Amino acid sequence: MAAIEANPVLAEQEERAATRRWSVGGIALDLLTIVYFIFALFPLVWMLLLSLKTPDQLFTTYFRFTPTLDSYRAVLGLDASGSVPFVRFFINSLIVSFGAVLISLLVGVPAAYAFARYQFKGGESLLFTLLSFRFAPELMVIIPIYVIYQRIGLFDTHLGLIWVYQLITLPLIVWILRSYFQDLTPELEQSALLDGYSRPQAFVKVALPLVKPGMAAAALLAFIFAWNSFIFPFILTGSNAQTVTVGALSFMGGATPRYNLTAAAALIALIPPLLLALSIQRYLVRGLTFGAVKG
Amino acid sequence: MRGGTALAPTEQANDGLLPAWRRSARPYLLVIPAVALTIGILYPFVQGAIYAFQNYKATRPNPEFIGFRNFERILTDDKFWHSVGVTAKFAIGATLVETVLGVAIALLLARSSLVSRTLERFLILPLMVAPIIATIMWRLMMQPSVGILNYVLSPIGLGNQAWTDTPAMAMFSVILIDVWIFTPFVALLVLAGLRSLPRAPFEAAAVEGASFWFTFRNLTLPMLWPYILVAVIFRLMDSLKVFDVIFALTGGGPGNATMALQIQAYQDAIPFSNFSIGQTYMLILWFVVYLATFGLIKVLAKAQARAAGV
Repeated sequence: MAAIEANPVLAEQEERAATRRWSVGGIALDLLTIVYFIFALFPLVWMLLLSLKTPDQLFTTYFRFTPTLDSYRAVLGLDASGSVPFVRFFINSLIVSFGAVLISLLVGVPAAYAFARYQFKGGESLLFTLLSFRFAPELMVIIPIYVIYQRIGLFDTHLGLIWVYQLITLPLIVWILRSYFQDLTPELEQSALLDGYSRPQAFVKVALPLVKPGMAAAALLAFIFAWNSFIFPFILTGSNAQTVTVGALSFMGGATPRYNLTAAAALIALIPPLLLALSIQRYLVRGLTFGAVKG
Repeated sequence: MRGGTALAPTEQANDGLLPAWRRSARPYLLVIPAVALTIGILYPFVQGAIYAFQNYKATRPNPEFIGFRNFERILTDDKFWHSVGVTAKFAIGATLVETVLGVAIALLLARSSLVSRTLERFLILPLMVAPIIATIMWRLMMQPSVGILNYVLSPIGLGNQAWTDTPAMAMFSVILIDVWIFTPFVALLVLAGLRSLPRAPFEAAAVEGASFWFTFRNLTLPMLWPYILVAVIFRLMDSLKVFDVIFALTGGGPGNATMALQIQAYQDAIPFSNFSIGQTYMLILWFVVYLATFGLIKVLAKAQARAAGV
């Protein structure tokens, strides 16, 4: 899909907005927009409130209470009442998400470049095999991996998770970076070759720096998806390599579900993806669609 | 598919020193690591497909091939067809609501009023929350004693919802959560589309005094169609294989009212250790997803061609 730089609808709307800024229709549409964003953001706010309540306040009050950080202390293991090693889960999530993205980058960047620059036998089938990972039901590969991992000792290990996370991170990185490399004109590298660079030098010193923003965005997005994954760590880990997405559920269980701790754990778990997402907003559309839409 | 350049003259001049086989080997060298990794992932895929034709359970560690018996058993089982119905209802319901709502939000945000420009930066937040965490959040809000939804809804007389207790409400609730997470995905895409539309046709329509609806139906929608279709493809594929939201909210219940295919396969394969049955479910689901994607991509190609012709 061709992206056109100009922003005509926006510009046109702005002109119109300037002339009829206070029209009744305009206010009604603004109100509709606000209604949607209340729906979209309220759960996050509510979660914050819940996490700041004491266990008694949970059941007795909705909005007026004295906030306390007790839930966070318990979740982070600063006092004994949490009883779930949530900090370790958090570190596990960091290790496996980072490891998965690192491997995908090492393997995926050269591959993406090859797909963008050369036509070669088997190239397209490999590219579409990678894409098909995105659309395959996760359990289809988890069930056999569950059996295999039990046998070869990768069950409940970081390496085991990093390996299956390639299903999430590798297709994403290859497809997004391929679309960025395609946007570079080959003449750039050709003039580098004329200047006496070797082909690998041209790739490393000319092409790679130009796609760096795209690469950073693809890596961060892959990190977010790896971090947010639930079904893989849920089935393929026990207590050792468990991640935050699985760990957050554990405060819900038991005879007395600890709602305030659940809320605190959920909030801690969603801080990294939210922060990273805000930093790659510009590249998000292309990333989310595997380069199909160049927003 | 574009890309793939034949070797340009300059490149040949420079590479002249290299033997031809090394030049043609270059793309293969670059993809070798990716191929190795892909094979490593494909191996379990193939292994899994084999399970579907065996009778492999944890209690039967040395399985035999039994041909299509698993498929016969599943395709004649009401449980399977029930799951197909649940999955279809969820996938179509969620995709439909997300698409309509997403397009509406995109149109609202494209107005670029002060309000919409301020709020737009928060659009992606729900999308970046892990679906499992989002579901935990909604479950807390739906919870009768600590939850807030019933409190908020009580002034309009809806304060007594049992969000997950009846089959209809459970289905409504899981779709609601999916809509909360993924509507921004559609909105982001369509907004990107809106902002890349050519200006001239809209100016012409404005000069002719066309109404909003006329412009929307005859200009905006046809030109946006490729963007909307990409969104629909991604949403439909993902919701056909729904797991996290349903698993964490209802676990497939009440009864088996929200027992989507991947939840049912999980039940069979992991707690009951019947790997072959679970894998047969997944093979069938994979085939359905594949067919649906293939069909939609064909529609997309046509729509892109038509939009390019406008």
